[in-house]
Amino acid sequence: MQWETVIGLEVHVQLATKTKIFSGASTAFGAEPNTQACAVDLALPGTLPVANEQAFRYATMFGLAVNAEIGKRSVFERKNYFYPDLPKGYQTTQLAEPIVGPGFVDLELGEGRTKRVRIHHAHLEEDAGKSLHEDFAGMSGIDLNRAGTPLIEVVTEPDMRSAEEAVAFAKKLHSIVTSLEICDGEMSQGSMRFDVNISVRPKGQEKLGTRTETKNLNSFKFMEEAIALEVERQIDVLEDGGKIKQETRLYNGDTKKARSMRSKEDSNDYRYFPCPDLLPVIIDDEYIESVRKQMPELPEAKRARFVEQYGLSDYDAGQITMDKFAAAYFEAATKISGEAKLTANWIMADLGAYLNRTEQRIDQSPVTPELLSGLVVRIKDGTLSSKIAKQVFEAITNGEGDADTIIETKGLKQVSDTGALEKIIDDILAANTAQVEGYRAAAEDKRAKMLGFFVGQAMKASKGQANPQALNELLVKKLNG
Amino acid sequence: MHQLTIAELVKGLRNKDFSSVEVTQHYLDRIARLDKVYNSYITTTPALALAQASAADKRLAAGNTPALCGVPIAHKDIFCTMGVRTSCASKMLDNFIAPYNATIVENYLDSGVVMLGKTNMDEFAMGSSNETSYYGPVKNPWATDCVPGGSSGGSAAAVAAHLAPAATASDTGGSIRQPAAHCGLTGIKPTYGRVSRWGMIAFASSLDQAGILSRTAEDAAILLNDMASYDTKDSTSVERDVPNYTATLNDSLKGLRIGVPKEYFGEGLNPETAAHVEAAIKVYESLGATIHSISLPHTNLSVPAYYVIAPAECSANLSRLDGVRYGHRCENPKDLNDLYMRSRSEGFGDEVKRRILVGAYALSAGYYDAYYSKAQKVRRLIKQDFVDAFQSVDVILGPTSPSPAFQFGSKSKDPVAMYLEDIYTIATNLAGLPGLSIPCGFVENKPVGLQLIGNFFAEAQLLNAAHQFQQATNFHQQTAPGIE
Amino acid sequence: MAVDRSDIAKLAVLARIAISDDAADEVANRISTVLALVDQLQAVNTDGVLPMAHPLDAVQRLRADVVTEPNQRELFQSIAPAVQDGLYLVPQVIE
Repeated sequence: MQWETVIGLEVHVQLATKTKIFSGASTAFGAEPNTQACAVDLALPGTLPVANEQAFRYATMFGLAVNAEIGKRSVFERKNYFYPDLPKGYQTTQLAEPIVGPGFVDLELGEGRTKRVRIHHAHLEEDAGKSLHEDFAGMSGIDLNRAGTPLIEVVTEPDMRSAEEAVAFAKKLHSIVTSLEICDGEMSQGSMRFDVNISVRPKGQEKLGTRTETKNLNSFKFMEEAIALEVERQIDVLEDGGKIKQETRLYNGDTKKARSMRSKEDSNDYRYFPCPDLLPVIIDDEYIESVRKQMPELPEAKRARFVEQYGLSDYDAGQITMDKFAAAYFEAATKISGEAKLTANWIMADLGAYLNRTEQRIDQSPVTPELLSGLVVRIKDGTLSSKIAKQVFEAITNGEGDADTIIETKGLKQVSDTGALEKIIDDILAANTAQVEGYRAAAEDKRAKMLGFFVGQAMKASKGQANPQALNELLVKKLNG
Repeated sequence: MHQLTIAELVKGLRNKDFSSVEVTQHYLDRIARLDKVYNSYITTTPALALAQASAADKRLAAGNTPALCGVPIAHKDIFCTMGVRTSCASKMLDNFIAPYNATIVENYLDSGVVMLGKTNMDEFAMGSSNETSYYGPVKNPWATDCVPGGSSGGSAAAVAAHLAPAATASDTGGSIRQPAAHCGLTGIKPTYGRVSRWGMIAFASSLDQAGILSRTAEDAAILLNDMASYDTKDSTSVERDVPNYTATLNDSLKGLRIGVPKEYFGEGLNPETAAHVEAAIKVYESLGATIHSISLPHTNLSVPAYYVIAPAECSANLSRLDGVRYGHRCENPKDLNDLYMRSRSEGFGDEVKRRILVGAYALSAGYYDAYYSKAQKVRRLIKQDFVDAFQSVDVILGPTSPSPAFQFGSKSKDPVAMYLEDIYTIATNLAGLPGLSIPCGFVENKPVGLQLIGNFFAEAQLLNAAHQFQQATNFHQQTAPGIE
Repeated sequence: MAVDRSDIAKLAVLARIAISDDAADEVANRISTVLALVDQLQAVNTDGVLPMAHPLDAVQRLRADVVTEPNQRELFQSIAPAVQDGLYLVPQVIE
């Protein structure tokens, strides 16, 4: 049987506010345990929440970026359950009246394929603390620094049909929230966490299959792996005549295995009701417009601008603007070198590969925009051949200095000087008289191919430093001599 | 000295007739000697009180001090007081030393008010008789076999027994006004949002409001001046200037339109109580007010609506008491569930447990619409009754409580009988309106309370009406028998 | 609406309050009495009436995003039942 995969996502995006959503405690990452948990975050008796304006601003920005209606009246509710990382015994969240209503995101999947994923809604809520399990002799340690950090939970419609689409959506979302600067995008620190709802159904069937939810995936790679694994599992179960149980699952990225966490039957009755300590939040058109004006440029607008302003191809512009740091890097480097296309190529190819290999971020790249543009300038003015340029780049990554210093100390300057080239060519022609004869005897259309031999020899003799264009011209002149 | 009202203490301290340390010591001595009978305090803070009094005396000597500087009062044990146990009369918080001050506590500290201690109450303010306290019941100074009312029974008994010149209190369904009625005191519950809830341990957040129990309306006005404030820490606090409540106390009542709702005089009202309220109406007529019969048609639904909304809110509010970060924790929990189950079961008393369970039920899947949502709609109808009534009257008048203080145990077996104690007071909490109770007579030597309900933020008008009544009568000057 | 022992058992789990077998019937009875009182609401026509969550028709005030809370861990943990290395201790959390 042919199976179709159906995927919907719930994405928790930590907002980059300075303080918690309902208290004035800092949200900075990495502090000593419980040093950023104030009386409100600890749910001391008698404490009360006051909502953070910046969280609403950020959520509104997000709504505008995903073409959604903004909830002009949004209401916080209490979701009741007991857990040690949830100090109040309820999570303050939004249910019936969220800040962001239905919207959509368009994806490009390569080879010209596109996909629209509908956003069901996005709501504001507070994050929970963390439980640590090591070193406490059968006990768990609770750190509430994260408790109360503002989140938007983005809920999609079940519109995705493959892991590829789900990952493309996740990456697009990452690109949107980081471009808006409403989230730092640090997946390894849990700044974005994905819950994936997965079901399969026979191709052509309209009714959705029973779904499972794999929770808390914090990398695109794990997400892809977890989806593949779960789809395979569900198909196996169904093909063996079994039934899918509605359940919550956990995927372990280290062991590459998943397990059931709890089934639907144990699911809580959350007893949602409007939080009486918080009043409805009302925002008006004026506020929404003021937020719209403040919004940083979105990837799509930036892409169009890069095509227009820098003459990049649409594809290259798309690649570069996917990551706002790459886009910023590109603009900084191009400003110095004045060479957009070459800069883009280097960012996507050599620099990209280097950063990937060394697991570094482009905004923290040791090869700064200044260093890269120094290299690009020397390629453009003919000082460096593209081959030598790669050597120089590697030397830059090794911290050997800027392009000019490296060219100088290693003597890598391209030989364009006619006198020097003539000397090399003359020596080669003298040493290979048979080949020279053959060339001269050959028909015009065969000669181009035969030229390669002499170019190769000359390059070798120049240790790769000969300017290919100048070399070619001189060679042809002399051979035709 | 303990006969003096707050107004008289303010004057005496200013005139150096006595020092704050002297007044404070006098009250501390009385508490130590007499409170064994009434059990009105959970915690007394003599050392702290004397230190505060001594600091107040220094401020007084320097001059230009706030009116209340050096005046000692007691705080209901629902208000967080930094460094001092704040138990809410529950085993759950028996070991809870509050690490911060409630805003009202802070406001009074700024004014130089001295804290004598923390008063007894129904556990988490859930009760109308002060019989649910972990620290034992409070006795009514007027009749020690009777309840003082609740939940602010300790504050009421302390003031009535002259163990404090006044006390803070809180009112979720009548918890200031009903004990005021039963103990012969003036008690005011301000408009919801007038007084900050920051640091007041929540029972039902949309109904809770802090207020005052005192001997006179004038004292209540002086104390409310400093208690009321706009507080950015409480989202439900209202940004609105606090008037000087004492400035209008002596305004004439000529032309004041008083509405008397017929629903407050129906079945269940003690006839003698009714007679005293009728007599009070005559007093108001003699003061120049006009009396109008009105109707609040949804009155009978206020108790049912309240007993959905209050338990629902409390069921969530009390979830934070889980034995993890503070408060009672069971011995040797065998797993996480055991920690929760035993800590909470050991820490909460029966009435609190019942209300949590009722609240969980009203919010649970399948019942939300029938109970919680329905109650919220009825709440709007009840509020609308008042909004309509205030189109044609300035103040609404009726009994505070259906009958005088009852004997211990007489209602504790039947929750509904207990809940009906608050039938006349609950609607104002649902609507968010200010309400006040003043003594208007005695039945079998037990005080009867007269309730005045005002429009939103009309506390000054209520206090004016109460003060004028007290200028014309002397019920508020009576002292319980046996009080030295 | 009346509740029985099994309802009480479910509510007890939701609310994390243990009700002993001996007490279950009495608790069920008492709660049923309260629910009978509350059931008076069912007779009221509330068509077209909006639920009212707050007594005042006020709107939420929003706070500026400025850090106002200092670290008070030592004070807050001085009243905690069990802490180690700055963490609150609970029996092992199993996910």
